[in-house]
Amino acid sequence: MRLNKNESINLINDSDLLKLGKMADDIRRHKFSNITTFIIDRNINYTNICQNECDFCAFFRRKNQKSAYLLSHDEIIEKVHEAVEAGATQVMIQGGLNPELGLDYYETMLRLIKKQFNITIHSFTATEIQYFASREGISILETLKRLKAAGLDSLPGGGAEILVDEVRKKISPKKISSYDWLNVMKVAHDIGMKSTATMVIGFGETMEQRIEHMEKIRNLQDETGGFRAFIMWSFQPGNTKLGGEKVSSWDYMKTLALSRIYLDNIEHIQGSWVTQGERIGQLTLGFGADDLGSIMLEENVVRAAGTAYEMSIQKMVDLIKNTGNIPAQRDTEYNILKTF
Amino acid sequence: MFGTFTEIERKIINDKRLSREDGIKLFSCNELSWLGALADYVRKKKCGDIVYYNVNCHVNLTNICTSLCKFCAFGREENAKGAYAMSVDEVIAVVEDAMNDPNMSGLHIVSGLHPSWTFEKYLEIISILHKKFPNLYIKGFTGVEITHFAKISGKPIKNVLFELKEAGLQAIAGGGAEILSDRVRNLLCPKKATATEWLEVAEVAHSIGIKTNASMLYGHIETLEERVDHLIKLRDLQDKTGGFQTFIPFPFLPKNTVLGKEVKQTSMWDDLRTMAISRLMLDNFKNIKAYWVMLTVPVAQVALNFGANDIDGTIHKETILHDAGATSPRSLKEDEIIKIIHDIGRVPAACDCNFNILRLIN
Repeated sequence: MRLNKNESINLINDSDLLKLGKMADDIRRHKFSNITTFIIDRNINYTNICQNECDFCAFFRRKNQKSAYLLSHDEIIEKVHEAVEAGATQVMIQGGLNPELGLDYYETMLRLIKKQFNITIHSFTATEIQYFASREGISILETLKRLKAAGLDSLPGGGAEILVDEVRKKISPKKISSYDWLNVMKVAHDIGMKSTATMVIGFGETMEQRIEHMEKIRNLQDETGGFRAFIMWSFQPGNTKLGGEKVSSWDYMKTLALSRIYLDNIEHIQGSWVTQGERIGQLTLGFGADDLGSIMLEENVVRAAGTAYEMSIQKMVDLIKNTGNIPAQRDTEYNILKTF
Repeated sequence: MFGTFTEIERKIINDKRLSREDGIKLFSCNELSWLGALADYVRKKKCGDIVYYNVNCHVNLTNICTSLCKFCAFGREENAKGAYAMSVDEVIAVVEDAMNDPNMSGLHIVSGLHPSWTFEKYLEIISILHKKFPNLYIKGFTGVEITHFAKISGKPIKNVLFELKEAGLQAIAGGGAEILSDRVRNLLCPKKATATEWLEVAEVAHSIGIKTNASMLYGHIETLEERVDHLIKLRDLQDKTGGFQTFIPFPFLPKNTVLGKEVKQTSMWDDLRTMAISRLMLDNFKNIKAYWVMLTVPVAQVALNFGANDIDGTIHKETILHDAGATSPRSLKEDEIIKIIHDIGRVPAACDCNFNILRLIN
């Protein structure tokens, strides 16, 4: 039985965390039994120069700022090389909206990587795609087709934040609207390019707005089936203009459990050790999550906001084993590569 | 397998006592939310929505210790680097500093077993603190320290406790219980109170009207069976005396300890299930504490929904566990504690060391 918006508001208001957790855990168990997955990948942030300047971001720089940077193709290739050596099966290349880069910078980057390495390129958020298109003066469809032809495999779900324009206007007025984010995803799915979806909580949004976000994702998923996973982060207020407090682990867990129940058409729910730390990250595995995301050989964006947790394969394996589940390394498409 | 769990669930709903076997089975259960929900059900029925906390100050008189337990990063030998022993004036200075908080209500005093301090010295400190700060409650000394006092003074435990009570001590701390198993104690802390001695102090204290706390240090070399046996020993004594106020499960923090070379830190998963199982097994304890210093604040907040109804206090400045690499802050502000509790829809209550409510924060 699918929950509607009102039912889920009632559910979250009337139930305690553990009741929701139990419901979510039952669904997870039914779908995945005792297999819990993770991936080995590397984040490569090709530039921190960004004209969006979102209030919640501690990563961006203006072009003339001292710590502004742009990686050359050689530097990127070297990073991919290191990632492959370290056992990564995926690279996640993302960066700021840098007005000096044309689409050919990305196409060349993708081609160079694919020429040398057998690695999945899960890269560029909807925000970047939209920006590439407008800077190039071509459609989203054309942009995605060209990137796909150059080697882009799938899109990560970042940049969704909360897909309610009222919230977005407050925190990132220059960033794409919820319609645009969803549209990029739809176009990608239409040409057979899969993606993930994210939500970031803790901007002062209401529970209704979080549910509206989930509703929009669920509706598009009904249409395209292109989302592989839903990933929930919490806003990291350190070093950002927006500031404020971190959401409580309580709030995070409750919303995560609801997402497993609400998003009945999305297969994988990912718990975030990157924003929650490994202890609460582990707890998500009892509240609906079946995947702990990536070991992340390199992570810059969350680190810039003052949150840094370290993870290794051994740590990840122990973390999962301690929950009574079987740890399994997966690829981007969620095929199991190795169990531990 | 789940059949046994249903049976345990039925026992809980019908207020039936869990057996040793039930306890061991619960430790094999990986359905954390089910376990938590059960513990939370019991907590709610027994304690309602109130969460107790203290506005308190920890005082550690000395870290010089003859016991030097393998799980401890605080104790050291007299001439070791970082060894200290406070004078009475230094103790007073610490408390005076803590008194800058207008809501400061009590002290928690636990220390190393100093090789040359006499029992009179400890008595004097309590007596002076009590006279100088009559409005502060004084909770202090673990069963291990009391046993040590009896040995160095040649006095029976009962007399030691009487004299401390006379001097102003109002409750005994819960530490030093570790795992109440001679096998474990012989391996980790052979030089201090045995399991029997620790339990004896609690029993004698209860018999003369001094309430005590109880604890369990887990996640080192003990077996899960030993954890369950530990809980049952406490439950049996509580049946007899009713003098335990709160139970504190302490996860072992390995950093800077001898044992830490061989043992990894517990996972949050283990911490939460141990919290829940403690609540379920200790059916005659009213309070279960989520000690935020060891658990970290986010996990302690979650633990309040896994059976706990007590989150310890502001602490002023924690030392013992920060020597062992605790990553939590050294103290919390009262506002922060209140927020942790309010965030989960519960009612914070500032209390003294005997769980008398001083202020209810609605």
